[in-house]
Amino acid sequence: MEDITITIKDRDGKAHDLLAPTDMAMNIMELCKSYALPVEGTCGGMALCASCQCYVLSDHTLPPSTDDEEAMLSEAFYVKENSRLGCQLPITKDMDGLVLELAPEY
Amino acid sequence: MIETDILIIGAGPTGLFAVFEAGLLRMKCHLIDALPQPGGQCSELYPKKPIYDIPGSPEILAGDLTKNLLKQSEQFQPGFTLGERADTIEKLEDGSFIVRTNKGTEHKAKVIAIAGGLGSFEPRKPPLEGIEKYEDKGVNYFIKNPEIYRDKKVVIAGGGDSALDWSIYLTDIAKEVKLIHRRNEFRGALDSVEKLRELKNEGKIEIITPAEVDALHGAEKLEGITISSKGEEREIVTDHFIPLFGLSPKLGPIANWGLEIENNAIKVNTFDYQTNVPGIYAIGDVNTYPGKLKLILCGFHEATLMCQSAFQHINPGKRNVLKYTTVSGIDGFDGSRKEAEKAVVEAI
Repeated sequence: MEDITITIKDRDGKAHDLLAPTDMAMNIMELCKSYALPVEGTCGGMALCASCQCYVLSDHTLPPSTDDEEAMLSEAFYVKENSRLGCQLPITKDMDGLVLELAPEY
Repeated sequence: MIETDILIIGAGPTGLFAVFEAGLLRMKCHLIDALPQPGGQCSELYPKKPIYDIPGSPEILAGDLTKNLLKQSEQFQPGFTLGERADTIEKLEDGSFIVRTNKGTEHKAKVIAIAGGLGSFEPRKPPLEGIEKYEDKGVNYFIKNPEIYRDKKVVIAGGGDSALDWSIYLTDIAKEVKLIHRRNEFRGALDSVEKLRELKNEGKIEIITPAEVDALHGAEKLEGITISSKGEEREIVTDHFIPLFGLSPKLGPIANWGLEIENNAIKVNTFDYQTNVPGIYAIGDVNTYPGKLKLILCGFHEATLMCQSAFQHINPGKRNVLKYTTVSGIDGFDGSRKEAEKAVVEAI
């Protein structure tokens, strides 16, 4: 399976073009960790901590958020209209070219 | 002063298993944890979630794993200092350490094993301008003594179990309780949501959703807050604002203990998981070394090797040999003994 490219803007505004495998059942939080970007992923990907919150900057259509993700985002800080939890976004081929920005840490 | 052989900082799975391994080597353990209950992340964040990669347990709930680990080590009678955070460390001339908590409890031990996971769990503070100014002057991130809210006006924010439970509890004590949440749905236990609805209908609590707190006001102490709900701003006069947005782990004061830190984790060698300070070990998610994996099963391995080294540190030159529990059984510090039943061979 082919890799795709996902761009992550870090908290200093620097953009990182990441080659993302689509056949490893990875999500955006895990992708960031695999490139050692500063994403804590405290809860391991259970939508329980919001440490992987990011803002969607490109106009890709992403899978709708689940109740768990909505609930966590409703208690997170710095939440915007385009906020998502990276751990709830499994990497798929149609995400090629996706641009995300890491939300501030707290 | 609490005295022990190994002082374990962090009562998560790795720390709890270290009690067992230390016990086999006749070393006594005491654990400190910032949370009020043992289990670390397993009991605080996801007690009802299944774990599939504990060797020999095809599927186990994180809460059950904690229970099992407590049971496995109970005959070694670990001590616990719960709800307190290890703050300072001091090395004595005889090589032992004194660790003090944020509440002043002192612990003396020959060996320190930091099993702190991602750090101590601390309340998540909302990023509101000037909030620090009102801390303990109207703003509280957790409720220690509900009595301070008697006959006061209280605003709670959050949508999880603690926000719901405390809102319900305080309706009997406070003069006025308001609960603010960013959306209409709450994710607390169903019966809490039901109870809250009853209290709302009885006029004992005001639930304001979807709403957000925008600002805090007050000269010397908190006097009021500004919230926005459905595009409109509203001022609320209140004595207390209690944001309950869950907990997040912070490495905290351990970062200042003179240990080598890399990427928010404590550097150790993989021979015995000792840090750069002899006598201080770091095991489980809190440590780092080439090839580190943050897995419970790796924490168990690290705890086991740490105990072998700690034994030598505590008893220099004393001989010991690895024992198999199947062969030797287990002698608890409580006088209990577990061993395999002797096979009965009957002569014909």
